[in-house]
Amino acid sequence: MTADFLLALSQAITKGLLTGMVYGLMALGLSVIFGVMRVVNFAHGEMMMIGMYLAWAAFDALQISPMLSLPLIALLFFGAGYLLQRSLIQPFINRPEHQQFLLLLAVATLIANGCLAIAGPDSRTIQLDSQFDSYELGPLVLDAVRVHAAVVALLIAALLWLFFTHTRTGKAIRAAADNHMGALVVGLDVRRLYAVTFGIGAACVGAAGALMITVIPVTPFLAGDYTLLAFVIVIVGGLGSMTGALLGGLLIGVSEAVAGLLGDPALKSMFSFGLLIVVLLLRPQGLLGRKEQR
Amino acid sequence: MSARLLAGLAILLALLLVAPALLGGYGLSVLILILYFAFVGQAWNIMMGFAGQLSLGHALYAGLGGYVAAGLYVHYGIGPWAGVFVAITAAVAAGSVIGYLGFRFSLAGVYFALLTIAFAEFTRIGFDNWSWSGGSGGLFLKVERGVTDLANLRGGPVLFYYVILALTVGAFGLCHLLLRSRLGRYWLAIREDAEAAQAVGVPVLRCKMLAVMISAALTAIAGVWNAFYYNNLFPETAFSIGRSIEMTLSPIIGGLGTLGGPLVGAVVLTSLGELFTSVGEALNIPGIKQIFYGLALLVIIMYRPAGLWPWIAARLGLERKP
Repeated sequence: MTADFLLALSQAITKGLLTGMVYGLMALGLSVIFGVMRVVNFAHGEMMMIGMYLAWAAFDALQISPMLSLPLIALLFFGAGYLLQRSLIQPFINRPEHQQFLLLLAVATLIANGCLAIAGPDSRTIQLDSQFDSYELGPLVLDAVRVHAAVVALLIAALLWLFFTHTRTGKAIRAAADNHMGALVVGLDVRRLYAVTFGIGAACVGAAGALMITVIPVTPFLAGDYTLLAFVIVIVGGLGSMTGALLGGLLIGVSEAVAGLLGDPALKSMFSFGLLIVVLLLRPQGLLGRKEQR
Repeated sequence: MSARLLAGLAILLALLLVAPALLGGYGLSVLILILYFAFVGQAWNIMMGFAGQLSLGHALYAGLGGYVAAGLYVHYGIGPWAGVFVAITAAVAAGSVIGYLGFRFSLAGVYFALLTIAFAEFTRIGFDNWSWSGGSGGLFLKVERGVTDLANLRGGPVLFYYVILALTVGAFGLCHLLLRSRLGRYWLAIREDAEAAQAVGVPVLRCKMLAVMISAALTAIAGVWNAFYYNNLFPETAFSIGRSIEMTLSPIIGGLGTLGGPLVGAVVLTSLGELFTSVGEALNIPGIKQIFYGLALLVIIMYRPAGLWPWIAARLGLERKP
């Protein structure tokens, strides 16, 4: 192995780590939703795509940087997620998994093709001023855009952690996740908590979309791949484990970047699905998840 | 089964037998599609509807079956009537491995579904890079117009119509027998409460394995039929999650675990699909067909979560209340 290759490899790994942070944030939304209400959000990638399109539209029409539109998008997603949970998903909370799956599959189909009908099939990308800036870290060169996205993703994850550990609502949500019956008994409004949780999960994925558009173009056709990616990340990291989702995101980000370096994108899928199978079989609670009685 | 239902089925079968003489090319192609989805839906229904194991990777068995039979035909001139047995063997072997791993490590629900997706994706990547099967460029069967060759399943839509009709009727009969057999009762017990079934002595692992194997075998046959009907195979579509999901829709919409469900679901969904295609062409908005389709799924799952067939059957007085 030459020094050149080692440098290229570490370059790829840092790039992967930065992108992986954003993946982690996306997966965090899924993890929160599934961890609390046991509903599989099969429309997760599609929801992120809306976030990407909104950030793109804000930049394209009004020249608002995604970093500025992000809080608004997150807020909008929180409201939309809250309403979606109250109207469509709540009635399905105790229904069998295949019915929940079909419901969210229908929602995903509507979102993906709604985006296609409105925005068309072309891939959309944005050109930020900071596109060609970079930070130097010793011999490594880091894209400014990716660094910013990763920092913001980390910041949001930290905010989320504070919310779940230090606020009343956050603690109540965790209580409802740990013991549904117990939460009802002590008088928590579990329905409202579920709606808030879905809102938070949606806000995460909306924010992730706003960050994602700064590094990857958006098309209406990739949403399903992102849904699957979010699943792999969450299962590998451990459902309900916030650090697990971030770790899973980093792993997938790095594997993607290294596969890109080696010139075979199939390697990324090989790695992620191979990892998924191994984790499912040997450690179904995920790398960082707690064991639970199922 | 009530006498009314039996009479209805006899009339339906008689109509289906003479359908090619009555329908034009387009009508026949729609009917073929309906029967295909009814057949493959019945196969999936065995695993999910009867035994309660959610598979979202059934494209693996269809794709594997199709590739094996088509590959044998293209490379060695072995016809599908022999090839289908190799195809079934391959799919059953794959199903056994996935099923054994999943059940042995007691993965349930979404976890098991993700395992099936992962294996299907893995296989897709493998076939993408395997030159024997044509890689990502695809595998093609030679099309000769006007030739009808029963031995190699070469011919026009009418031939394929009767084959898929026979398969669908066969699957229907098989499922009818299975549901009434000891194995079928065991499946239902496992579906309702696997732990309780285990406790009263149902061989849970063996029954689940049989469900996967039978389901995979039927799905492989569908894959072989599909490969010879369309004359081409691509890893990107043959093993895609979209293909797997589309197999689950007819039984869920029609009525999971019921015999009539997959057929009713296939009729409703295929007709809606055709309707929305023409509406979409008229409106000329990209994605509009899928938007209508998504709305239809949403409405059905919200208002008839147990599926359409149980509701229809009750309305027509076709099924005795359990």
